Amino acid sequence: MRTILIAFALILTVGQAMASSEGPELMEAHPDVDNMASLQNGAKLFMNYCSGCHSLKYLRYKRLSDDLNIPEKVVEKQLIFSKDHKIGDNMTNAMPADLAQKWFGKAPPDLTLTARVRGADWIYTYLNTFYRDDSRIFGVNNLVLPNASMPHVLWRLQGVPEPVMKEVHSGGGKPKVEVADVKVPEKGGVMSEEQYHEATRDITNFLVYASEPVKSERRHLGIYVLLFLVALTFILYLLKKEFWKDVH
Amino acid sequence: MSNGTTKSNGFLGWVDARFPLTKMWKEHVSEYYAPKNFNFWYFFGSIALLILVLQILTGIWLTMNYKPASNMAFSSVEYIMRDVHWGWLIRYMHAIGASMFFAVVYLHMFRALLYGSHRKPRELIWIFGMLIYLTLMAEAFMGYLLPWGQMSYWGAQVITSLFGAIPGIGNDLMTWIRGDYNISDVTLNRFFALHVIALPLALVFLVVAHLLALHEVGSNNPDGVEIKKHKDSNGIPLDGVPFHPYYTVKDLFGVGCFMVVFAIIIFYIPAMGGLFLEAPNFQPADPLQTPAHIAPVWYFTPFYAILRAIPNKLGGVMSLGAAIVILFFLPWIDRGKVRSIRYRGLGYKVALAIFVLAFIGLGFLGMQRPSDVFFGLSAKSWAQIGTLCYFGFFIFVWVYTFFRLEKTKPVPERVSDK
Repeated sequence: MRTILIAFALILTVGQAMASSEGPELMEAHPDVDNMASLQNGAKLFMNYCSGCHSLKYLRYKRLSDDLNIPEKVVEKQLIFSKDHKIGDNMTNAMPADLAQKWFGKAPPDLTLTARVRGADWIYTYLNTFYRDDSRIFGVNNLVLPNASMPHVLWRLQGVPEPVMKEVHSGGGKPKVEVADVKVPEKGGVMSEEQYHEATRDITNFLVYASEPVKSERRHLGIYVLLFLVALTFILYLLKKEFWKDVH
Repeated sequence: MSNGTTKSNGFLGWVDARFPLTKMWKEHVSEYYAPKNFNFWYFFGSIALLILVLQILTGIWLTMNYKPASNMAFSSVEYIMRDVHWGWLIRYMHAIGASMFFAVVYLHMFRALLYGSHRKPRELIWIFGMLIYLTLMAEAFMGYLLPWGQMSYWGAQVITSLFGAIPGIGNDLMTWIRGDYNISDVTLNRFFALHVIALPLALVFLVVAHLLALHEVGSNNPDGVEIKKHKDSNGIPLDGVPFHPYYTVKDLFGVGCFMVVFAIIIFYIPAMGGLFLEAPNFQPADPLQTPAHIAPVWYFTPFYAILRAIPNKLGGVMSLGAAIVILFFLPWIDRGKVRSIRYRGLGYKVALAIFVLAFIGLGFLGMQRPSDVFFGLSAKSWAQIGTLCYFGFFIFVWVYTFFRLEKTKPVPERVSDK
């Protein structure tokens, strides 16, 4: 019986490991929704750089204020930019979808659940792999989302990285030259490369929070639930043993 | 509860004079004698029952805030996850509960194959069980459309399109099921109706029938011997123990262990790496944008792999149907002289192991693209091998037992105590 169970477990883990992904290798974001300072900074950066175009329509300002320990007054004053928005409202966006479609070719998507659809590592890599491409309308392209119709809104912080080209041999055809990596210019922006990594990590972290605001609470609560269940199961085991004494 | 032979007085006596309460309690619980040698594999029946109750309860609470309309369904689920008090817990319990239900039911069915619990005289228990499994598949499939994510939409689109492969009536049947030419608001509404009323009702009735049939014949056990053959002077099986309190306390312990596993998943790995909650389903359904890769949830992927293994669409659909229908006939396909794997021939043990590996392998392949390559063979070729092994099991077992090729070990008269 035990061998069967072990075989099951082995097969499951192999299956997990083999579920591979594609595209360029992603950077590791290591999100931590318990890191309050990171989340607060991420919220600040998101509201200032991203919220002009991207909404977080399933998240409310009030929830943000409660979860991230930002006083309501501060949220109202510094994070709510629209006069029509109140603290209890969802973080929607003033940009009309049909016009946005015209302006960008594709309306900027809502980002509330992006971390659950694409994963934190994808967002982090996306923010770190913009590169100069004069053929694009906004002058930049992106490694993980080729031909994204989005400007490099954080260029002031990072500068505009240069593409690193590499020859790719595929099949029998001619070798193609593709963008393999990006090179961040020295003193291109106001942040060092290290600082920029931290800043984008905070934005990523904030989006991970936004995709599931209860995540932190869920994990803390889980400990107590499990402690209770383990204790209960132990008592149930003793109860079973007591009743079965006279059978065996 | 009174256990004596005298009629009870008071309120219980009053009820018993009008309704067979004590009689039913005795017949199905306190004086239902179950073999004393149940092992690990016998926990999953009661756990499945617990999950059914949990699914119904969490489902009731979800419907209080869910909106079955194509323009509101997705956001109402996020509303439950964020704004409804404890909504996230109820929703996770329900969504993960569906996966746990299948995991437990698969283990429960495997138990039957191990110890021959489906064999004569328990064929009807198996048939009712298979009907439960079939209803559960329909229930899960329709429930999966409700969050109205990309995978909900396109999964339903693909699965309903299978009916279109039936010659002659196929296309009309497909439109009739969808209520529209594509999956739409109409489909969502009817799937909601079937998911919350029709199918759960059918499930409860079938579970009652499954248990009544079980209690009529009596439970099988890991030795596959009939405990009713050896009774004491009171007519009580010598190797039997009353279900209550012995198996109520034992099953409670099993339930405790299950709840620990369930809680670990709910609180720490609710998406199970995309296995229980698929990432594309956090994107609202978009009829104009087909996802790069459409795969059903893990519990359907073995059958999905069989479907894709056959190059012809009608052939694929028929193989998928046959893969499920053939299970109904298992009690008559397997004609072995002994029930339990403990005393069966080596052939059956090997065949069962290959069958289980094929089923799990097909489940894995059903999640991959058919063109993906593993150890030099495409997923499609592997799935064809898996499909052969799957159906081969039934053919082998029939030949093996019908022509008496099986060398069995001697079966003990009474259950072995270990």
